[in-house]
Amino acid sequence: MEGRFPGRILPYALLFPSIAVIAVFLLVPAVEALRLSFFEVSPFTGHGTFVGLANFGELVSSEIYRHSLKVTLLFAVGVVALGLAGSLAVAVLASLRLPGFGVYRAVLLWPYALSPAVAGTIWALLFDPSTGPVTVLLRAVTGLSPNWMMDGTYALAVTVVAATWKMLGFNIVFFLAGLQAVPQELREAAQVDGAGAVRVFWRITFPILSPVTFFLFVMNSLYAFFEVFGLIDVMTQGGPGGATEILVYRLYQDAFISARWGIASAQSILLFVMVGVLTLLQFRLAGRRVVYA
Amino acid sequence: MLAAHVLLAAATLVIVFPMLYAVQVSTLEFQEVFVFPPKLLPGAAFTDNLQRAWEKVHLGRLLANSAGIAVAVALGKTCLSVLAAFAFTYFRDFPGKTLLFVAILVTHMLPLPVRIVPTFQLMHDFGWVNSYQALTVPFFASATGTLLFRQFFLTIPPALSEAARVDGAGPLRFLVRILLPLSLNNLAALFLVEFLYMWNEYLWPLIVTTSDEMRVVQIGIKMLVATDAQAEWNLIMAGVVAAMVPPLLVLLALQRSFVRSISLGQEK
Repeated sequence: MEGRFPGRILPYALLFPSIAVIAVFLLVPAVEALRLSFFEVSPFTGHGTFVGLANFGELVSSEIYRHSLKVTLLFAVGVVALGLAGSLAVAVLASLRLPGFGVYRAVLLWPYALSPAVAGTIWALLFDPSTGPVTVLLRAVTGLSPNWMMDGTYALAVTVVAATWKMLGFNIVFFLAGLQAVPQELREAAQVDGAGAVRVFWRITFPILSPVTFFLFVMNSLYAFFEVFGLIDVMTQGGPGGATEILVYRLYQDAFISARWGIASAQSILLFVMVGVLTLLQFRLAGRRVVYA
Repeated sequence: MLAAHVLLAAATLVIVFPMLYAVQVSTLEFQEVFVFPPKLLPGAAFTDNLQRAWEKVHLGRLLANSAGIAVAVALGKTCLSVLAAFAFTYFRDFPGKTLLFVAILVTHMLPLPVRIVPTFQLMHDFGWVNSYQALTVPFFASATGTLLFRQFFLTIPPALSEAARVDGAGPLRFLVRILLPLSLNNLAALFLVEFLYMWNEYLWPLIVTTSDEMRVVQIGIKMLVATDAQAEWNLIMAGVVAAMVPPLLVLLALQRSFVRSISLGQEK
């Protein structure tokens, strides 16, 4: 008990603002979302009719919803795989502490400051079918000039690139911090024993990095699932033909365009299950604590 | 080493290029965007583009709204999470402590999309639709911040608060005089993270604001993009520059603290 203050009321008073905000704006609405998911709510009268699990049944059997789930998973896998591999490679290069280290570290963080909507707008410019530099380069090198706004596969790829780019800065900074925590002696000892640089990386550095990698895996997954609405809205609005319609975009359509609040809430509950799985993974597997975990 | 340096420089250039190109296009005339080969030197039309974008979507008002809500939310989250973390670490165990801690942790599992319809209904019931309260108050609690400060407070030797207690200083005095001055890095880091988070928020302002005066700059970008005709990239990029410069300045000012608070966190 050394260094702790006595207090009957004060700790509660200090916690009150946080708990009040959480209760009113998070917990109560979350429970209400669960209740609403069992109702069919009329867009016109707001009157709800209890329908049991019918909303969930409709979602599970809906082609559109299943397609949206598939798009979201593809999108998330793309963002996580590209983002983690790319930023780990750059972080390894930066961790060599070449001249100008401070400048590189600062500049590489910049995309973190941008919003998904801004990132999406910039990449829409880069891939503009007539003037975009990426399009121009692609045409010069391969002779192809795909119009990504008309082709679902390309559209998904372009949104994945834009979303990945925005997270690079964040990922690189965390990987760099992790790399700097790898004991130098360990690497040197392995090198003395005749292990090559590649072997040292995979056998020593990468395992020590695993808590950071895992933390970033969870953060990037949550980002891909929940925080790219603005990017999609600016770039494709879910098109062409639903090719980039991630779950949150579908949810927005049903909730605020069609005002189908029951089925939208059922979608919220399914999303909650997905966050739950990711969060539990985080708590179960994260061995070492990382800040912001 | 030389090869590594070339690779690193090339990678950095690729990562920064999109931002530089956005700035470049924001300085061009409409026709100059379409010339081939593309112009690589800055043009002279930036102020003109910015002015037109400014008038088209009331950028000034949108920027002020974004700045206001981002600062308010960052300050609110920082204050609330310092107080909560202080309550969890510096008091003798009190009934319900674990339960309250879990309640704060649970916010991690409740991002906006999982409670979006009822939260919107709540704004309606409060009469908060299209108000600054709706854009700030629901965001004030932070599990991230509470964990960050709790973890940091746990690294501070208990002898410090013990000494303060023996000297007769109350908990609040200890918090303000001793603890906060030691926490400057973490305060700055959390402010940065939450400022960026709120400045960049898109979905909630989209559904909860209904009039042009209450819109935020992210929605302004969408308004610039959404035209039927050929996109006026020079105009759009002027808006993009206006939307990305403020958060970049905040990042530049505080990134040292941010980077330091990450590396401190990993030593344990």
